Amino acid sequence: MRAKSIAIWSAVAIVGAVAWGVIALMRDEAISAAWLIAAAVGSYAIAYRFYARFIQYKVLGADARRATPAERLNNDRDYQPTDRRVLFGHHFAAIAGAGPLVGPVLAAQMGYLPGTIWIIVGVIFAGAVQDMVVLFFSMRRDGKSLGQMARDEIGPVGGAAALIAVLAIMVILLAVLALVVVNALADSPWGTFSIAMTIPIAFFMGFYLRVLRPGRVLETTAIGVTLLLIAIAAGGWVQDSSLADTFTLEAETLVFCLIAYGFVASVLPVWMLLAPRDYLSTFMKIGTIVLLAIGIVVTLPVMQNDAVSEFASTGKGPVFAGSLFPFVFITIACGALSGFHSLIASGTTPKLIEKETQVRFIGYGAMLMESFVAVMAIIAASIIDPGLYFAMNSPAGATGGSVESASQFVNGLGFTISPEALQSAATAVEEESLVSRTGGAPTLAIGMSEIFAGATGEGLRAFWYHFAIMFEALFILTTVDAGTRVGRFMLQDTLGNVYKPFREVSWKPGVWLCSAIIVGAWGYFLYAGVTDPLGGINQLFPLFGIANQLLAAVALTVCTVLLIKHGKLKWAWVTGIPLAWDATVTLTASYQKVFSGDPTLGFFAQRDRFQDAIANGEVLAPAKTMDDMNKVVTNSTVDGILAALFAVLIIVVILDATRMCIKAIRSRELLPTTEVSAEESTLDAPDGLFDRKREAVA
Amino acid sequence: MTVREVVSGVRWYLREVAGESAYDRYVEHRRREHPDEPVMTRRAFERWRQDEREARPQARCC
Repeated sequence: MRAKSIAIWSAVAIVGAVAWGVIALMRDEAISAAWLIAAAVGSYAIAYRFYARFIQYKVLGADARRATPAERLNNDRDYQPTDRRVLFGHHFAAIAGAGPLVGPVLAAQMGYLPGTIWIIVGVIFAGAVQDMVVLFFSMRRDGKSLGQMARDEIGPVGGAAALIAVLAIMVILLAVLALVVVNALADSPWGTFSIAMTIPIAFFMGFYLRVLRPGRVLETTAIGVTLLLIAIAAGGWVQDSSLADTFTLEAETLVFCLIAYGFVASVLPVWMLLAPRDYLSTFMKIGTIVLLAIGIVVTLPVMQNDAVSEFASTGKGPVFAGSLFPFVFITIACGALSGFHSLIASGTTPKLIEKETQVRFIGYGAMLMESFVAVMAIIAASIIDPGLYFAMNSPAGATGGSVESASQFVNGLGFTISPEALQSAATAVEEESLVSRTGGAPTLAIGMSEIFAGATGEGLRAFWYHFAIMFEALFILTTVDAGTRVGRFMLQDTLGNVYKPFREVSWKPGVWLCSAIIVGAWGYFLYAGVTDPLGGINQLFPLFGIANQLLAAVALTVCTVLLIKHGKLKWAWVTGIPLAWDATVTLTASYQKVFSGDPTLGFFAQRDRFQDAIANGEVLAPAKTMDDMNKVVTNSTVDGILAALFAVLIIVVILDATRMCIKAIRSRELLPTTEVSAEESTLDAPDGLFDRKREAVA
Repeated sequence: MTVREVVSGVRWYLREVAGESAYDRYVEHRRREHPDEPVMTRRAFERWRQDEREARPQARCC
């Protein structure tokens, strides 16, 4: 290292260390969000420069002279060498969605500190490592999927468990994300109108791109974004007009709209709805994230939330039950460690990468970016009044739904907010009420409108609130479209083993049936969540987190097994330690969700409590009728069984992998793997950010 | 870096990310590798590319 670079990196380290020091030591006064940003960016830079580099060269042995599948199998379709920065954009757009925005908001109930530490430390040692290592191993296998790698490298049992895990997470993920949308749009004519308008806008874009101006994506997207902004502004007029009633929908009605939408969207041709929607949401997503970053840096808001709230230790928080360990690590998945990413890292990206030595930039780098988004989300949730935060995020069963009862409830938690303050917060963003708007999206929108209104003036506060709601709902719906379609393909593929025509993408009955099954599965959980007297987010979010971290455990297990099979036992800790941590967290959480005797935490304890009450003919709050009571019993049984199933799956995969590891360690020579043999690369491509290379080498 | 370079860089990046440059690359590729064969029109190419996507849905993460 040269003296100049030593000086620069020392400065980065000092800035990061000072920021961490300020965050850790300033206990009695509110700190500025700038310190969180500085700590995050400083830590990322050091991790990217040193740890990720160490993993890339020492642990994985990435080799710039070895041809990637994109180069060897180039067919101008799925295999195609793609400029690293372009691929970075695609990869980031695929991994980052609502997850890193929702989880941190919910986790803010424990204070901003536990969540922030986990987001930053977790991404450096677990999340980004997982993404990068999976990407590398999949790339060395011509872009095999995680499920295939699990089957080939661990065994059929591990492979089957991995496949079930993938389908399960898909269903729970879609249900929880759809629930976030429903909670954000219920009884809000402004939001519902704006989101409804995205459907005709997407159709218009689809036809424009197909018929009028083929291939002019940027032009089409610019038109789409303009129409979208008009739709958001128009939502305000609709709210004050006679149309308001038409767009004021109850949560249950919205559930059926979403289910119908999900089905139709997944059977329509991609170009008609999904593709234009994807352009729209990707550009909106990147634009808003950049805007938020600028907003935070310009306004430098001050944290209102406690650093560590009492709920971290008592586990009695109203947003979700359970104490800091393990539930912060379950609630914040995307942004710190997200198993879902391993599906992307073993999907399209490895087939497009130009150089082996780019896995650090694309795999590790894109995940650091997502982590930064999560840090911004926790900031946005922590700069609002904690009283308002708890009034918004506690389930309706707890707050009672009215401003008076919510104010009373929040006061009981040890925070203060008057009914008038609650009402005026709602009025400021032109909503009826903000009480129990759970799911994270409305809270984030309040935080964002606070930041943006600070930069652009009070007059635009309501616009920014609805802009934020809209942007979250938009890309959640894109995830719902795409996820349903991916789930349908997986199901078609599986059923194709039994009855061949199912594999045919053009065999309509198969397409319809498989779409209906997937939509029905997430639709069931969505409906159950919306009607659950105990609050759907409160009940389902932990399951979503467990499912996501379960998939991460599968991915990290595959990585660890592969390191050992490649004779790199001494480096196996790189994925082994995050795996051990992730397995501990996930298994502890599942254990508590299944066996805890505390009815707010354990699903079966909850079931028993309500079942006993039913037997005695009693109705327990927050249930209002016997019907509610039965719902609680059904939901907690289903959720409890799922939590148990997830735990069993992790144990099966890890045991099967341990068997394989022992075999590999005992064996005198390296066990065979499915790695494709090396071929000399003739491509010349840099892996840094700025060496510009305009022409893609064909 | 001059302003012009920045603007052209941004334009290049957006066109690449959005896939607008795919057709140009295709035409160039066909002309070089198969100079005697016909080249699809932009309309036909984009249609083919869109329908190609049908068989390979990409998951969007949380």
